[in-house]
This record gives sequence, structure tokens and C-alpha cells, in this order.
Amino acid sequence: MISNLINRKIFTLLKVQYSNMLEYRVEIALWAISGIIPFFMLNIWTNNNLNESINISDVMLSRYFLCAFFVRQFSVVWVVFSFEEDSLMGKVSPYLIQPLNPFFRYFAQHLAEQITRFPFALIIAFFFFIFNPESIWIPNLGILFLSIISTFLSFLIQFLIQSIVACLCFWTEKASSIERLLFIPTLFLSGLLAPVVSFPEYVKSWIYLTPFPYLIDFPANLLSGNETNISGGLTMQIAWILLLFPIFKKIWSEGTKKYTAMGS
Amino acid sequence: MNLRKYLKVYKKFLHTSLASELEYKTNILIDLITAILSLIGSIFLLSIFFQSNGYIGGWKFEQALIIQGIYTILNGITNTWFNPNLTEIVKHIREGTLDFVLLKPIDSQFFISLKRISPSGFLEIMLGFCLLLYCIKINQINLNLTFLSLCLITIICSICILYSLWFFISTTTIWFVKTWNATEVLRSFLYIGRFPLNSFSFSLRIFFSVFIPIAFITTIPSEVFLGISQLWKILLEVIVALIFCSTSRKFWLYALKFYSSASS
Repeated sequence: MISNLINRKIFTLLKVQYSNMLEYRVEIALWAISGIIPFFMLNIWTNNNLNESINISDVMLSRYFLCAFFVRQFSVVWVVFSFEEDSLMGKVSPYLIQPLNPFFRYFAQHLAEQITRFPFALIIAFFFFIFNPESIWIPNLGILFLSIISTFLSFLIQFLIQSIVACLCFWTEKASSIERLLFIPTLFLSGLLAPVVSFPEYVKSWIYLTPFPYLIDFPANLLSGNETNISGGLTMQIAWILLLFPIFKKIWSEGTKKYTAMGS
Repeated sequence: MNLRKYLKVYKKFLHTSLASELEYKTNILIDLITAILSLIGSIFLLSIFFQSNGYIGGWKFEQALIIQGIYTILNGITNTWFNPNLTEIVKHIREGTLDFVLLKPIDSQFFISLKRISPSGFLEIMLGFCLLLYCIKINQINLNLTFLSLCLITIICSICILYSLWFFISTTTIWFVKTWNATEVLRSFLYIGRFPLNSFSFSLRIFFSVFIPIAFITTIPSEVFLGISQLWKILLEVIVALIFCSTSRKFWLYALKFYSSASS
């Protein structure tokens, strides 16, 4: 009975948000295009033969960056910006009355957007394969399944981190600058611009304890068939989620007590 | 054009926007930290590219740092002037407040491009200059007047091109209403400016110098800085800048004909 109710709620939310997202198809296509930085990086890597030093062949590297693009497409989170706007405009007040945590709404928004973005990402991948026909490969089903899970876990980690930052809106009103600050390590350490294997030793010694390599590097390595520690990576992802979730719950309950309903 | 009137108006703009921005003091502090971290991150990334054979695209690490410095300055200028103003255009058009701008007895492009300023970009500009000074030291560049004036000319041209690109995309809002993500695409392309143009493959080099002259913006001033640029490249940059500026102006006037105010 209860699970039925939850199912109905989730499906309704998803359906509403999906149709909402479909209205802005062009916008989402543009967003998909804005994620092609990994391909430019790939171009630098292969054009200057930089991969010789890290023992990854051209083909494996191009698969890695393609996978990094895909993982990024399906783990991008922007809940801070939505929440900041809603909280500044006072839109959070009606959400709070509903018997559903407003973050479910944002969660559904993200999922709906990912579904909308999927075809565009496929088109970009198609073009990528036209230019790099030698890098075509088909991952086996088990690996594909595992990498979808780890991409989803990476999305969850980022969603939790951003939700925690978003809750800071209750105190500071503007949380997007904190998000920009957090984005810097995400950009440079997650493996979006260069695979983590290529980092110098003094970075590699501690980076695997932070959540960053598990955001893009781990799922991308898994999907592309590069060497990676599968069970260790998944464990770390789950460990980070288990660590972040109670923090989010705590900060959410503290924050709602502080909430002053701006604009009403 | 009455220059004195415009200067006076601009002084007022500066005053009001600084006053309103300084209200969020912690925000500015966080932005400063973000700027520093982002510079560290990009130098870190650059050092990864150079750790294997010391050259990319014929540039040494010390030389590539100059590109990084110029990129940082330009990025600071973007964050200080272009980004806050030109994202405002989107808001003006969505809410129909462009009417008020058009009714004012000053040039509409002047008004919407310079009205706001965000002080957090200043630090980035300063950081860029410090990096450039450091580069002068490690590359043993002799400063003289012709060289400095040429540098200044090329950098001003780069700023013009950058401004025109931003302005061009923001102007398309008049037709598409929401162009948030188009600026994201531009941002991700601008990312390329951190690397020497020669480090990309031939086709991308053509794309980034003919269609969107992004690599142009930082590579040519850096070459001038090193004293290895040919005269035709400098001339080319001046011509491109002039074309971009005049086209963006014409495009704005043309676009205004299609503006139908919202909610009135």
C-alpha cells in the first residue's frame, strides 16, 4: 500500500517534470553541447602524443573521454541554482506544506532532464564515432549495468553535496558562490579534463580518499574498459553517500527551522 | 555622442552597482578564493600536459603560462563586466523591462552592457597580471615601448572580440527568449583559450580561428608577448576585432526591430 503510494508519487512527479523538460528541448540540446570539453581535451592528448607517458593507447583514451562525456551528461546537478531561486522568490513555502520533501521535486527534475538529454548525447556520440571510427566498442552487459549504477551513484553524490550547499541558502541567501567554489575541485580532480591515472604521484596518494575521482573517472574507466578497481570504487561511492546523507538530513531539519519565507 | 555625458553616467553606474554588490561581502570573499583555486587548478592541469615531453604544440611550459595569464585577465574582465550585464539582457527581455531601457535618452547598447559590475573579477585580473609579471621574469623578456603597445593593442582587440561574442549570443535572446544555455556553450568553448592553438589538430584549429576565434583571443597576444608573432597575425586580429564589433552593433540594432515587449 505504502510502496504503491510512493510509486504513484514518483511516477507522477517524473511524468510532470518530463513533459516540462520536453518544452525546452533546444535548451537541453545546447546543454548537451556545452559538455563537449572532454573531446577538446582528448584532442590535445592525442595530438601531442601525451598518452605515451601513462601507457594508455589512443583508442582507449578516446573511449575514456567519450565515457567521461557520457558520465558527465548523466551526473550534472544544478539543484543549488533552482533552490536558490525558489528560496529567494519565496516559492519554497508552498512546497514545505506538501507532504513530500521538496528535494524529491528537484530530484525528479534532474532525472527528467537526463531522459530528455539522452537522445542528444547519443547524437553527439554518433558524430564522435564518425570522426573516430576505430574507437567503436560494445561493452558487455555486466559492465554496462555496473557502470550505469556507478554513474547513478556519482549523480547521487553530487546531488547530496549540492543539496547540502543549497540548504545553506537558509542562512546566507546566496549559495551559488559556494557551489562555484566546489565546482573547481570537481572540474580539475574528477577526471573530466585528464584521467586521474595521469596525475602526479603526490596528488594520487590522497585523491582516492576524496569523492572527486568517483564522480567521473571511476565510472568512465569502468565503462570504457580501462583498468580500474571495480569493487573498491563502488564501495567508496556508497561510503560517501552514506556519509553525506545524514549531513543533508540534519542540515535540512535545522534549515527549515530557520526558514523565514522570503517574499511572503 | 556626447562623451562627457556618458562618462558621467558610467560613474553613476559604477557607484550604484558596487554599492549593491558589496552587500554580499562573504560572497565576494568566496569568489576570491574561487578565483585563486581556479588558477591553481589550471596550472596543475597544464603541468600534467607537460610532464611527459615538455612541449605541447611547440610551446614550452614557461611560455604556455603566458597564455594562462592572459586567459586569467580576460576571464576576470568577463566576470567583472560581460557576465553580469549580458545575462541581465535575458532577464530584461523575459520580463519586458527592456522597454524602460529603450525609452532612456542614452544608447541602449551602452546601457545594457555597462550597467552592472561585479567586483569579484578584479582579483582575477590582478592574479593574471602577477602571473604575467612572473612569466616576464622566467622567460627573460625585455620590455620596450613598441612591444608593450603592441601587446596592449592585441589584448584590447581580444577584449573586443570576446565582448562581441557574448553580446551576440545575448542578443539572440530577442528571438529565443531563453539563452542561458547558449552562454554555457560559449563558456565551454572559451575554455579552449587556455591552451595554445597549435596544440589542437588541424581541423579544430580551423574551427577555432575561423568560426569562433577563441584560440585567437589568447594565442596571438601571447605570441606578441614572447616576441615571436608575425605582423600579419596582429593585423588580422585588429581586422577581426573591428568586424566583430561593428557586426555585433548592427546585429543589436537589427534585433531590436523584432523586439515585442512582454506583458504590455
